[in-house]
Amino acid sequence: MFKHFIRLQWKAFVRSASFKTEIWFKILMALGALYFILVFLSLGVGSYFIIEKAGLGDPLRVVNRFLIYYLAFDLYLRYMLQKMPVMNIRPLLYLPLPKTQVVRYALGKTLLSFFNISHAFFFIPFSVVLLVKGYPVLSVVGWHLACLALILTNNFLNILLNNVDRVFYPLVLVLALFGIAQYYGWFDVTVYTAPVFDLFYDVPWTAVLPWGVLAGTIAWAYTYFKRHMYLDAGLSAKQEVGKTEDYTWLNRFGNLGTFLKNDIKLIKRNKRSRTTVLVSFLFLFYGLFFFTGSVEVYETPVMQVFAGIFVSGGFLFTFGQYVPSWDSAYYPLMMSQNIRYREYLNSKWWLIVIATGVSALLAVFYLYFGWKAYLAILVGTVYNLGVNSYLVLWGGAYIKTPIDLGSNKKAFGDRQAFNGKTLLLTIPKLLLPLLVFWLGQLLWNDTAGYLMVVVVGLAGFAFKERAFRMIEKIYKKEKYKTLLAYKQQGA
Amino acid sequence: MIEAKNLTKTYGTQTVLNLESLEIPKGQAFGLVGNNGAGKTTLFSLLLDLIQPTTGHIVNNGVEVRSSEAWKPFTSAFIDESFLIGYLTPEEYFYFIGELRGQSRADVDALLENFSEFFHGEILGQKKYLRDLSKGNQKKVGIVAALIGSPEVVILDEPFANLDPTTQIRLKQVIKDLAAKREVTVLVSSHDLIHVTEVCERIVVLSKGEVVRDIQTTPETLRELETFFEGQIA
Repeated sequence: MFKHFIRLQWKAFVRSASFKTEIWFKILMALGALYFILVFLSLGVGSYFIIEKAGLGDPLRVVNRFLIYYLAFDLYLRYMLQKMPVMNIRPLLYLPLPKTQVVRYALGKTLLSFFNISHAFFFIPFSVVLLVKGYPVLSVVGWHLACLALILTNNFLNILLNNVDRVFYPLVLVLALFGIAQYYGWFDVTVYTAPVFDLFYDVPWTAVLPWGVLAGTIAWAYTYFKRHMYLDAGLSAKQEVGKTEDYTWLNRFGNLGTFLKNDIKLIKRNKRSRTTVLVSFLFLFYGLFFFTGSVEVYETPVMQVFAGIFVSGGFLFTFGQYVPSWDSAYYPLMMSQNIRYREYLNSKWWLIVIATGVSALLAVFYLYFGWKAYLAILVGTVYNLGVNSYLVLWGGAYIKTPIDLGSNKKAFGDRQAFNGKTLLLTIPKLLLPLLVFWLGQLLWNDTAGYLMVVVVGLAGFAFKERAFRMIEKIYKKEKYKTLLAYKQQGA
Repeated sequence: MIEAKNLTKTYGTQTVLNLESLEIPKGQAFGLVGNNGAGKTTLFSLLLDLIQPTTGHIVNNGVEVRSSEAWKPFTSAFIDESFLIGYLTPEEYFYFIGELRGQSRADVDALLENFSEFFHGEILGQKKYLRDLSKGNQKKVGIVAALIGSPEVVILDEPFANLDPTTQIRLKQVIKDLAAKREVTVLVSSHDLIHVTEVCERIVVLSKGEVVRDIQTTPETLRELETFFEGQIA
């Protein structure tokens, strides 16, 4: 029976649309994956030596101190991004399979998630380094197994917590407060938690305890799901109360207004798009790394232009790059309705322009770090509006991943997050302005560099018609492929 | 109104549609029947330029569908739930389509007025998004939305499926009225022979992508169709 489940899973994986991409993109994606694996591995191996060199004390003890935050952050990421297993077991319900087996399959499946495997890249090399460095074998093994159990506990906790916002957000708040308190030295929660993790090392047999906790969580998740395996209970989709909204103030923009209205509703009423907008809001604060002088390499003017583009371009990057995909569920309607491509693209462009403008306004607090900081952001804004706004729309034509608006979990929990095309197209968006600035700075000075980026941005405005014509052509060419790919919802 | 010439659609080695010539005059109520895989939805998708023909072309009111978008203003369709926007309420959806088709709110309201019986009080003012409506109610919304803005060509794929008996009867009247009063060309596909013969003046039977019967509806048509499909059981 288990064999069948595994076969199902494998088919779902290899038969999804995004997997059938061109060969050179596959190679690129493989290289990208390899790169990330190497980075994580070297981090795992290197962290021991980095901590040792920084003179913070015994690396293992240091890791133990921060392990609580590591686990908390892991849980947070999982909650935001990990895809839940329950929705796609509906077709299995009425088949002659014992319920217990279906539940076991659904829960077991989550173990293979990226969110569990990725930790191995840190913990395994770190433990190996510990052993090489002559730490007692039994203690290291005990510690390692304890960590493994805790990570897996997170996996099942997340399943139980899923969609219970009223438990989750207070939890995050408490942990965030602990973090802030520790930073300012008011209260150090790690004083109390570190000994727990130390214990697994000092007294290896105590590693049994987290495994006991893990077993408990699994049993809890198991009974919970078994009890709720009904279409109107655990498997039901939540219904929201619908509210008809007008936004009559947008009427004056004609067809453009019609689309904008729809896009506002799209963003407001769907989980996935709400999360995306929230993430794009966080981009606003990314500049803090650059302008507060907290990271040295970021203080060069070139990096400040980079920051400017990120700070004002949060929405552009997170929402804009998936532009036709947001409408994937009803793309056939859009393609057969009385809509010209130009109008459709234009409305998305305006949405991006408005959001970028709003971001630039909200970023006004960077003035606190000097007018130069805000200037860099404004320069980035102009470039985003004039050049990147077209580039994201262009890139969107190639992203044929249907978006499930009702679910957050696909934003990262899938291999689709490593969409090679998305990554590839991000490069000209970010590197080109840096290059332009660098050239200007090299030939004359900083001011000239800023000016040149602005000029390129403004030139982009002048070419709007041309750019749109080109993008329109590409959208038309890709239309049939896109329609086909969107048909594979939730693959 | 609609002309298809040498129209074929091939996937790999399999030809799913092969129409030498098909002409549908203006104002005709045109019915398409055939078993699964006969090519009904393929034909409709080609008409809406949702897929590309392998050979040939379709001309809709003088506009070649694959090379121009000028057919969009006078053509509307409801194929499946991918024509609905799940996060809108039915009202919002109707107004959205209305605005795209140059209809004011009042125009849309006036049209909806005619369908209050059809909706049976389960669509308007329900405080529900389309994604939370039942399949049958979603279908009602899609069909009515396809009638907004007085289109000249209306394409409905399997409109009777999923509807309750009362609504089926009402829908038949709606389609008949369309074709009779307003010079509208209606294209309907169905698996239900009784429904199509009742509503359509002309019925084309597709089998494996080819036209095997092209009948002007008469009282004998139903019998004829039944005999044909019985013959398919071999």
